[in-house]
Amino acid sequence: MNQLAQLGRGALGKLAAFGRSGIILGHVLVAKPQPRTMLPLLLQQIYFVGVLSLIIIVVSGLFIGMVLGLQGYTILVDYGSEQAVGQMVALSLVRELAPVVTALLFAGRAGSALTAEIGLMKATEQLSSLEMIGVDPLRRIIAPRFWAGFYCLPVLAAIFSVVGVYGGALVGVDWLGIYEGSFWANMQHSVDFFDDVLNGLFKAVVFGFVVTWIAVFQGYDCIPTSEGISQATTRTVVLSSLAVLALDFVLTALMFGDF
Amino acid sequence: MKPFEDVIIDIQGLSFARSGRPIFRDVNIQIPRGKITAIMGPSGTGKTTLLKLIGGQLKPAKGSIVMDGQNIPRLGRRELFEIRERMGMLFQSGALFTDMSVYENVAFPLRVHTDLPEQMIRDIVLMKLNAVGLRGAKDLMPSELSGGMARRVALARAIALDPDLVMYDEPFTGQDPIAMGVLVNLIRRLNEALGHTSIIVSHDIQETLGIADYIYLIADGEVVAQGTPQELKEVDSAKVKQFMQGLPDGPVPFHFPAAEYVDELMQEARS
Repeated sequence: MNQLAQLGRGALGKLAAFGRSGIILGHVLVAKPQPRTMLPLLLQQIYFVGVLSLIIIVVSGLFIGMVLGLQGYTILVDYGSEQAVGQMVALSLVRELAPVVTALLFAGRAGSALTAEIGLMKATEQLSSLEMIGVDPLRRIIAPRFWAGFYCLPVLAAIFSVVGVYGGALVGVDWLGIYEGSFWANMQHSVDFFDDVLNGLFKAVVFGFVVTWIAVFQGYDCIPTSEGISQATTRTVVLSSLAVLALDFVLTALMFGDF
Repeated sequence: MKPFEDVIIDIQGLSFARSGRPIFRDVNIQIPRGKITAIMGPSGTGKTTLLKLIGGQLKPAKGSIVMDGQNIPRLGRRELFEIRERMGMLFQSGALFTDMSVYENVAFPLRVHTDLPEQMIRDIVLMKLNAVGLRGAKDLMPSELSGGMARRVALARAIALDPDLVMYDEPFTGQDPIAMGVLVNLIRRLNEALGHTSIIVSHDIQETLGIADYIYLIADGEVVAQGTPQELKEVDSAKVKQFMQGLPDGPVPFHFPAAEYVDELMQEARS
């Protein structure tokens, strides 16, 4: 009976947290735009969240593209179809790997940093201080970070795709000697802008929304102690990763499922 | 009972509990306009909580907190932020924005709430920093300040907009004797010169008695005594005397509620 009560309490706690996260999101989404004050804050956050994530995204994209090229070649060469490596690399990246891996890397680098930063601001009473100065922290702190993450992730995913394709070409064409013309022609022929590129970008938009929402909420709602911030940061990475993988399946089923 | 003619904050029937533990039980407090009111009492009696209730950062279970006709717990989000523009608060930790220099911290309220030209903002910031003795530290970052200096910068920020009501949470903690004397005088002078209302939460009895016009002594969730510093010194109550004279033995326990010490020590031996 006691365990049942604990289970119920836990479920109610999770439900309440979900409600609070919805309220925060609502405040961010319906806030009246104030371009004069918001734009500099947004640009600053785009730099921290997006530009500073570029290195990990570019390096990961390059290596994943190279690995795809190598693996694709070793399998396809047995069937004499190594010209299809370009097509395989591009479709894997654009449809799946770019949005998913970018979102996972983004959650680990930028998401955790956002949670820790906001949590620390809460622990050091900077958020309370803003409130008492008459400035809404949801608009001043949370909103620019949320929108920066939302805008940056699709761009980072696109960069990941481009660099990945280049990595695939580097291995396939320059190293393994696949004929360049057929590598690029097969890729151009098989990758559809609407079905593949836009669907992949749409996934990145959804992941950007969810990962940044989780990150800013966990920071804003954390227990303001060092242990609380550490737990919130961990929760951001774990919940974001699970959400990305689960949503990827749902979105893939909706976009490409034949039913 | 309203002992004052002009009240800026009127708290009636305030009850507040945290994690099931009552902090305030049906408390009535009036803060007179233009005066320095001190809230004193032992640790853990909810003095800082009272400031957060007045600032609308916490909502009471029961009761009203009225500032110039507006019941703060009932205000909507927008009205709450508007009324806070008339308040300044000095946090115990200072709560400076760590990504801004000392100068930018003090300029922040001016930048977000006024359209003053940069030259005027600079003059005001330098004036406020000069008042707390830290004009020379304007280019330092908060991480380069000591705790006492950070609180003085926070004080300069709290008074940057010349608010109607300034709440000081432990302003004297961590100050050296020179800074302490300057701060006591500064709070007094600001109060007289700007005519704003001050609420001071402090443990430093001598400094607080020296500048407060009126004092509320809080213990066990209630106001146990109130009056001018002189009246409080003359109160014939064991609780008040114990606190005012800093005596370890008396009706106010030094220990947080717990089982008997001997019982707790023996518990392990018995088991």
